[in-house]
Amino acid sequence: MAEEFTAQHFRQARSQGLQVALAVSLYGFSFGALAVALGFSVWQTMVLSLLMFSGASQFAFIGIIASGGVAAAGAAIAASGMLGVRNGLYALRLSPIIGEGFFKRLVAAQLTVDESTAVAIAQTDLRSQRMGFWTTAIVLYLGWNLTTLLGAIVGDQIGDVRAWGLDAMAAAAFLGLLWPRLSSLEPRSVALGAGVLTLVLIPFVPAGVPILAVAVVAIATALYRHRVDPHKPERTEGGS
Amino acid sequence: MSLWLALVLASLAVWALKTAGYAIPRRFVEGALMSRVAAVVTVALLSSLVVSQTLQSAEGITLDARVPAVVVAGVLLYYKAPFLVVLLGAGIVAAGLRFFGLMA
Repeated sequence: MAEEFTAQHFRQARSQGLQVALAVSLYGFSFGALAVALGFSVWQTMVLSLLMFSGASQFAFIGIIASGGVAAAGAAIAASGMLGVRNGLYALRLSPIIGEGFFKRLVAAQLTVDESTAVAIAQTDLRSQRMGFWTTAIVLYLGWNLTTLLGAIVGDQIGDVRAWGLDAMAAAAFLGLLWPRLSSLEPRSVALGAGVLTLVLIPFVPAGVPILAVAVVAIATALYRHRVDPHKPERTEGGS
Repeated sequence: MSLWLALVLASLAVWALKTAGYAIPRRFVEGALMSRVAAVVTVALLSSLVVSQTLQSAEGITLDARVPAVVVAGVLLYYKAPFLVVLLGAGIVAAGLRFFGLMA
């Protein structure tokens, strides 16, 4: 952040933001198609992309509702909310970069996701950080919503979700979101523990309950780990 | 609760968390503990979703075409395939196994 501003850094931030945003926008297509194929209307799908605008939370919401129905609504809200906690932390980190201005901060808040944060904080001077954030954020918001709409229209034509393997694609989507976060031993053991706990609970409790149990255990684990080893873990940004 | 209500509540929850990060003074929440909670919870929830979306069915746990599909997705991820390729690979495996009647 202290490094000197150069025109080259500035251009680099812009092109990096563009590349990341365009690549990630393509996932919007799979989200849109999947949501509609799982029974959400095109409008409901679009509200998720326009208003929620956070890939992991959106996939979690449609996944839990698809397997548990409206009865699992509480679990779906809780899971997408808890997956949104990291966006709140990104916001804290980005706050000084975005600067003053009520409306600017309000817009920035909605656009604070994994990708815009990762590109912004990867830059070395303030102007490039801002350029990186806004380029990624705006292009991604437009691209993600456009591809969601296209996917939703295509998904509408799909009859049987299972015949097209869409249920397997939903599972693969979560694996794809998880993968880049498994860079060290701690997240790997957390992922293993959470997977095993889910597996053990599924036969005995209604859909949506295992994920809530996992969330409670995860918070307890984080508190415990912080007590025994209170170093700051490596950065949580990155992935998608 | 209607689906629409759940959808709007969930969206508002995510929006509120993002906005809170800009509204709350940094010193109140920043620190190793919060970033650890966020990191651990994110990984745990995503892992739980992988397992439930792969194995859960109305009857409890079911081993069907989703299992080999997710294994293929893992292999594709290991070889750093792009996200869309991973999804398509999983979809093709599951759809193919079902089309040829090899797995449910």
